[in-house]
Parts: sequence; C-alpha cells; structure tokens
Amino acid sequence: MIRPASDRNKAEIAQVKSAGTASAAITSPIVERQNTNANRAVSFISGADRHIRRRLMLSRIFAAVCRFATYSAMAILIVLLVAIVWSSVDRLALDFVTNTNSTNPTRAGILAGVWGSFWLILFTALFSVPVGVGSAVYLEEIAKDSFLVRLIKVNLANLAGVPSIVYGILGYTVFRSSAAALGLLFDGHHVVGMAGLFRIRLSKLPIYEDNILVGALTLTLVILPTVIAASQEALRSVPSSIRVASLALGATRWQTIWRQVIPAALPGISTGVILSTSRAIGEAAPLIMLGALTYTSMCPGSIDSPTKLLTRPSQVLHAPLDQFTAMPIEIYDWSKQPDSRFTAVAASGIVVLLIVLLSINSVAMIVRHYASRRLKW
Amino acid sequence: MPTITSGNVPPSVAGVDRELDMSAHSAAIEARRLNFFYGEHQVLFDVSLTVPERSVTALIGPSGCGKSTFLRTLNRMNDLIEGSRCQGEILVEGQNIMDPAVDVVLLRKHVGMVFQKSTPFPKSIFDNVAYGPRVAGEKNRAVLADLVESCLKKAALWEEVKDRLTTSAMSLSGGQQQRLCIARTLATNPRIILMDEPASALDPASTDRIENLIGELCANYTIVIVTHNMQQASRVSHQTAFFYKGQMVETGPTMKIFTHPSEKQTEDYITGRFG
Repeated sequence: MIRPASDRNKAEIAQVKSAGTASAAITSPIVERQNTNANRAVSFISGADRHIRRRLMLSRIFAAVCRFATYSAMAILIVLLVAIVWSSVDRLALDFVTNTNSTNPTRAGILAGVWGSFWLILFTALFSVPVGVGSAVYLEEIAKDSFLVRLIKVNLANLAGVPSIVYGILGYTVFRSSAAALGLLFDGHHVVGMAGLFRIRLSKLPIYEDNILVGALTLTLVILPTVIAASQEALRSVPSSIRVASLALGATRWQTIWRQVIPAALPGISTGVILSTSRAIGEAAPLIMLGALTYTSMCPGSIDSPTKLLTRPSQVLHAPLDQFTAMPIEIYDWSKQPDSRFTAVAASGIVVLLIVLLSINSVAMIVRHYASRRLKW
Repeated sequence: MPTITSGNVPPSVAGVDRELDMSAHSAAIEARRLNFFYGEHQVLFDVSLTVPERSVTALIGPSGCGKSTFLRTLNRMNDLIEGSRCQGEILVEGQNIMDPAVDVVLLRKHVGMVFQKSTPFPKSIFDNVAYGPRVAGEKNRAVLADLVESCLKKAALWEEVKDRLTTSAMSLSGGQQQRLCIARTLATNPRIILMDEPASALDPASTDRIENLIGELCANYTIVIVTHNMQQASRVSHQTAFFYKGQMVETGPTMKIFTHPSEKQTEDYITGRFG
C-alpha cells in the first residue's frame, strides 16, 4: 500500500517541477526554504517575506480600528457638547443659576434643582459610604468563605445592573410609605427645634412623603452595589502581606483593618464613592417615581444660598424633610415644554449639570491624589 | 563522596556557641507530637521539638518539608489559613498555646515574627516601628520616640536612618527594610522571635549584617529561624533541627548535626546529595 502513495507523491513533485520550469513565478515552498537556508544572509528589512508582510498588515489594521473607535467616540461626544452649548446660548447667564423655576422661559432658573441635588447627594453619600464600605470590608476581610457569602458576591454584580426605575418602585413602596406612616403617627407634622444660647425656638412643620431623605435613601439603593464593588476592588488590591505583618505584631483584626487595610485602600474607595455619587446626581427616573416635584420655586428648607447654611440652623434641620426637585428632573421637565424657548433652558440645565459632574470628578482626582500621597509607598 | 569534618563548617557569627549542649537551658518552646493539616492534606507528622531559651534554633530541610508551617504554628499564624487544623501541644513558657482560651493577640506580642519578604507598611520609618506599641495602646510620644530609637539601635539600623525617620519605609533598601522589620518586631517587646528565611531575598552584605544581628539578639531573645541556606544555619544557630517530608528527622547542637549527624537522611541532605 505504501508504494502507490509514494508513486503518487513522485508524480506530484514531477508535476510541480514541470510547472516550475514552465513558469518561474510558481515555486514549491520547500524549494524556497532550502534557498533561504542556502544563502545565510539575513535581512531585517521589512517586506522581504510574504508572511511577515501579512502579519504586519494585520497589526496595522488592528491599530487603525482601535484608533477609529477611540476618536469616533470622542468626536460624537464633542459634537453633542457643542450642540448643547450652542442651544443653551439663548438662556445661559448668571441669573440662570440664581433664579428658581418659572413659567417664563427667560426667567426660569435651576437654583431649586441645584439645592435639591445638593441635599440629595449629601445624604446619599452619608448613607452609602458607611453601608457600602462596611459591607465591602465584611465581604473581603471578615466573612469566611461560605455559600451565602459567595451568593451575595455574585449577586452584587447583578444588582449593579438593575435599572434605577426598579429601585424607584422599591423606594416608593418602602421609604415613601414609611414616611407616610410617620406622618400619620405624628399628626402630619414634625417639630424642628433650635436650642440657641439665649432662646429656644420650636416650630411645627408638615411631614412630606416625598422628602429629601426618601429620595436619598432610594438613590443609596441605586449606587450601593457600585460603591460596594469599587470598595471591594480597592480592598483586594491591598497586599495580604500587610495584613499578615500587622497581625504578627499583635494587632487585632479590627486594628489591622482600620490602621492598615482601609488607609491603603482609601484612594480606590474614595474614587469609587465619588464616581458613584456623580452617577446618582444624574438620576431622574427613580426620583420621578417617588413623586419628587417637577415644578417648584422652593429650595429645600428655603435655603437658597450657602450663607444660609450657617445662619439659619432651624431651616437646615428642616431641609432633609422638605419636598424637593433635582437638576435632572427640571431638565426633563423643561425639555417636555411645548414652548420652544424652553429648549435653551433645558440645554442650559444640562450645561450646569455637566459642570457640576466635572467638578465632582475633579474632586475625586484630587482626593485620590492626596489620599495616596499620605500613604508612603 | 564528600566527607564531613568540622573543617567544612563555616565559622559561626559572634555570640553563637555551636558546641554548647543546650539541654541544660530551660525550654522557651516545647512542641509535643504536633500534627498539622491543610484540609485533608497532612503536612506535619508527630513533630516534637524543644527550643532552649536565649538561643538560636535553625530549622533546615528541603522545600515543602513543613519547616515554615511548623514555624507559623508557634505564634498561630496558621490560624489565618482557612481549612487548616492542628493537633498536639505547643508549650510557650510552659503554657499550651493550642488552648482555645489563648488570646492570639497576646501570644503574637510575645512571639514576634519576621517574614521572608520584608513587608514594611506604607508609612514612615518611625510609624512602622511604633506600630506594635501603638496598637498595644501606647500613646505617649516621648515613650514611643525612645522605644523607636532603642529598637532601631538593636536592629543596627539607627545610624542609617536617624535623620530621616519621617520618610517612607519604602524608600529603604531591601536589607534596610528587613532590619526595619526586625526593629518593628523588637518594639512589641517579644521574648521569642520567629524568622522565616529572613535573608533569602538579600544580597551577601545585607545577609551578613542580618546574621551578625541574630548573633547579638540571641543574648536576650529566643530565636527560631527557618533557612534554606545550610551555611547560614551552621553560622547562626546553636541548635539545628532537620525536617524532611513533614517529620522532624533529627535535632541536636549545630556542630553535631553538621559534623556527626546520627541519621542517614540528615547526612545526605547536609552533604548535598539531595534537597
């Protein structure tokens, strides 16, 4: 059985050879390799070899595709930004951030939304940082590997992907209803007290179901999975040798976590927290679900300037329980107005929102920088 | 075939008498029939070893023989490994540390540890050394400053760092970092110091300094050192214990182990026939 096969091979080679003599362009690969081996002169000039040429070409195409992906995304973003700034020109002025909302597009401003968002973000951060960092520390540092812990870890990723409107429904059924029950319990009013050095002033104010705290608790649900995931990632990046060395020096687990692990993870944790909060600031859906005001000229607690934060303490106490609107809600509301002049108002709102987001992100970078400088790596 | 004579054994560092029969010394650590498991996998088999007070005991043996595991059971660092389990008794200063009632935090202050890879905290040199006393509750700045100075002096690092105590410990060289880790361990005022290959990642000059330091420290501290380097074991230790496949094959005065080992396996390992 071997001989016919080898005969066939011979026949093929003969065919190739004859073809080769017929046309010089076709050469068998074996012959070609023998030739390159025969003359040992090595050439590093590109393009000498067909295979290398093909590989280089592929590599260049790949780089070009990646470059295109980056720059096209950038270009679209720039076009969007320019378009928004362009359409905001008609309204964007200083009085846009000092006025509250109005039915007159030339006077409508975003002040109530800015203050609403400020209070929301303040309380969202207050709620989500301890709970988020605490859960991350528990999951990464304390919990033993069990089925429950693994279940939680896996599902955290899923929770981060849940649409925020779903959390809005959850917030509506849990937090808003709780606030309503509290209102019933206290006869619809709560007392804000201000114990000054010389006088005590108490006032009875209504309990709203759609107050800042309810909104902040709902936004906390929205960003909590992200905060936990970012904190976990930061904690995991702390080398375990630091933990072991600390424990070997007679530190307790708590001291090790508090004095070594958290400081070392702090840059990562703070970046994660601030970036999640800046996501919360742009959320409108869950707040609308909760029944946040869409048209209001009132800032929460009637605090409409930073100085009032210091000079009106009883109003500061009242603010968390007041009704509110937020920047994205007002933008959404303006964009739905039939009067076309509101387009400029909505665009101005977007510009202000973007400026706030950018400043929060720069704060994140500065905090990260300083937190990592305090660590003496 | 290489023969073993005392001529092959390198001279010891100052402060270490390798011929001394340590059995007269009172025991700092007494391990009795220790069995250790990672899950179902047993790594230590009936290990019994007595470590005399104020001496250096070297644990030698090929990789995976269980010497590091044994070392880590002495201050219960193995507790940190999930699924590990230990049977037997370890008496430290007469108390069984395997007792569940033992507070590992107190134990680890008493039995300090220096690791193979130097692990300075990302803090200043001062804060690194002061960490142990601080977690133990010492707040007085002057007391801490004195303690840091004396510990850095004991670790032969003071002269090199006294002008830059506030700079990052990460800026030190590898050898300096390891001496800093020794100073940090001394600051918790331990009686026993465990060293897990403390010089294996260092250059010869730094290794030399660490070895001399061990010779000085053993006047006041009980030291147990794991090392892959047999020359090092012979230079720094009073007593040597040879581990093989999870068993403690032989122990005795270092000079005896390196010149007249009673077990064939010990001789084979020391003469470099395996391991």
